[in-house]
Amino acid sequence: MKTRLTDITEIIRSKNSGPYELTLDIIFKDYENFNKVCAAQVINADLIARLYRIPKSDIINIVEFVPAKAIKATIRRPLCSGDIGETDVYGAQQHAPLLDVEFEI
Amino acid sequence: MKEEFRILSATAILGYGFPIQSFLAGMERKPHLIAVDAGSTDPGPYYLGAGISFTDRDAVKRDLEIMIQAGIENHIPVVIGTAGGSGAEPHLTWCREIVEEIAREQSLHFKLALIHAELEKDFIKEQFLQGKITPLEPAPPLTMENIEATTHIVAQMGIEPFLAAFESGPDVILAGRTYDPVCFAALAIKNGCDPALSLHLGKILECAAICATPGSGSDCMFGYIGEDYFRLEPLNPARKCTTLSVAAHTLYEKTNPYILPGPGGHLDLHECRFEQETDRIVKVSGTKFVPSANNTVKLEGTKSIGYRTVSIAGARDPVMIRQIDEIIKGVKERVADNFAGKLGDYSLLFHIYGRDGVMGPLEPHPSVAQAHELGIVIEATAASQQQADTICAFARSTMLHYGYEGRRATAGNLAFPYSPSDFHAGQVFVFSIYHLLQTDDPASLFPIDYLTL
Repeated sequence: MKTRLTDITEIIRSKNSGPYELTLDIIFKDYENFNKVCAAQVINADLIARLYRIPKSDIINIVEFVPAKAIKATIRRPLCSGDIGETDVYGAQQHAPLLDVEFEI
Repeated sequence: MKEEFRILSATAILGYGFPIQSFLAGMERKPHLIAVDAGSTDPGPYYLGAGISFTDRDAVKRDLEIMIQAGIENHIPVVIGTAGGSGAEPHLTWCREIVEEIAREQSLHFKLALIHAELEKDFIKEQFLQGKITPLEPAPPLTMENIEATTHIVAQMGIEPFLAAFESGPDVILAGRTYDPVCFAALAIKNGCDPALSLHLGKILECAAICATPGSGSDCMFGYIGEDYFRLEPLNPARKCTTLSVAAHTLYEKTNPYILPGPGGHLDLHECRFEQETDRIVKVSGTKFVPSANNTVKLEGTKSIGYRTVSIAGARDPVMIRQIDEIIKGVKERVADNFAGKLGDYSLLFHIYGRDGVMGPLEPHPSVAQAHELGIVIEATAASQQQADTICAFARSTMLHYGYEGRRATAGNLAFPYSPSDFHAGQVFVFSIYHLLQTDDPASLFPIDYLTL
């Protein structure tokens, strides 16, 4: 049976990390599911590249942060914050593609 | 056992406000320091370049009045970091005038230390030519042209200028651009607290009650630093700090939560422990500070690239919505053709809400197939406001009456919520400097004025 990321997480959010980077936080409800998702490497570079239609070289890192039961992916912003063509100066509404993620674990 | 060092953080950003009951609960705990972070680069490049605060003057004055009165009355230093939101000279002056006004109106007399953070262009050019400036990846390398075009260049100060300022026993320290945690950590470090714990606590206190649950950007937070730990306690009984809420905050706006870089080195959180002390208080320990081989400060600067005019409209006609891409292409061609050779460089963009207005190139479903209405923001940027007006107005009127394939609604293609339909968005700035400056003497970059009010 497929698991939805939204069913096992407490927080899914995006925000600038400085004007050149966008960081995505996924915080899980419990360690059981967090550990399973980490072990299965569900949140990986292929997934982020596909969800955001970016080359993998634009992914700066994907980090598992155990104290917060969290996985964090940071990508290069398509534009430096506030450049011509900006759509989200704070980067606070770029998390939505993660809400649709489903997987088998 | 040594007494804990106690810090009252008033609010997430000076001017965002706080309930007075929370502040009084903080005062009851007899803080050694009342501090607030007043800035951020989050609101984008405009505010630094234009020399304007992104927070409201009356709101900043309200917060400062309460903090300064309480500080003076109880002989507790009040520290404000990144004055005026961006911490360049105009921002510092703006905030200093508010402090002076409060002193006058409340008949308060106190010692004020003013720490400057704006750097001269000539100095930056010199450092650049000596190879002392490197880009903060993924920012592009610096150029002489960008230094020249930048309106204000600030450096983020570390603890050194604060340690120097505290020597004179000021009642209030008002600092320009500051590495956020430092306005909380500096006095703690001066009093012998562990630098790693002080900076890590500062990193959390700079957002005040955002680290609690429910979180808030407009409420107080209290921090205690002991021998080998620090503790966080929300001051509003409606909030709690939990290991999750505090650990989650450690992720916030960071690239890597284990490694938090700052002036002079980085915090290492690999061995950090978050423990629930009571149902509202969280205890943190194990944070390390790793000094860097080279001492650096972060530089920030923005430059103007012209002026912007925008027009806001909506579309509800399904025949039009399905052809939005062709219509935009046609409008852009008409504008280019109509003013060929007359307007110089300009940019004309259409933000299409309902398609990819929020995510732009990152949008996984950039389609209007499901949309029954679209929000449209037409945006023109050019060398002068007048040129931007011309392009925006012409694009708007062309789009309004554009004859697309299969059109039945020949009276107009756009719904405008306002008259006038077009708005001046003013001068446009972009980040031009986001780099590291190598320095052997960071304190020398941040001169201090001592005033008696």
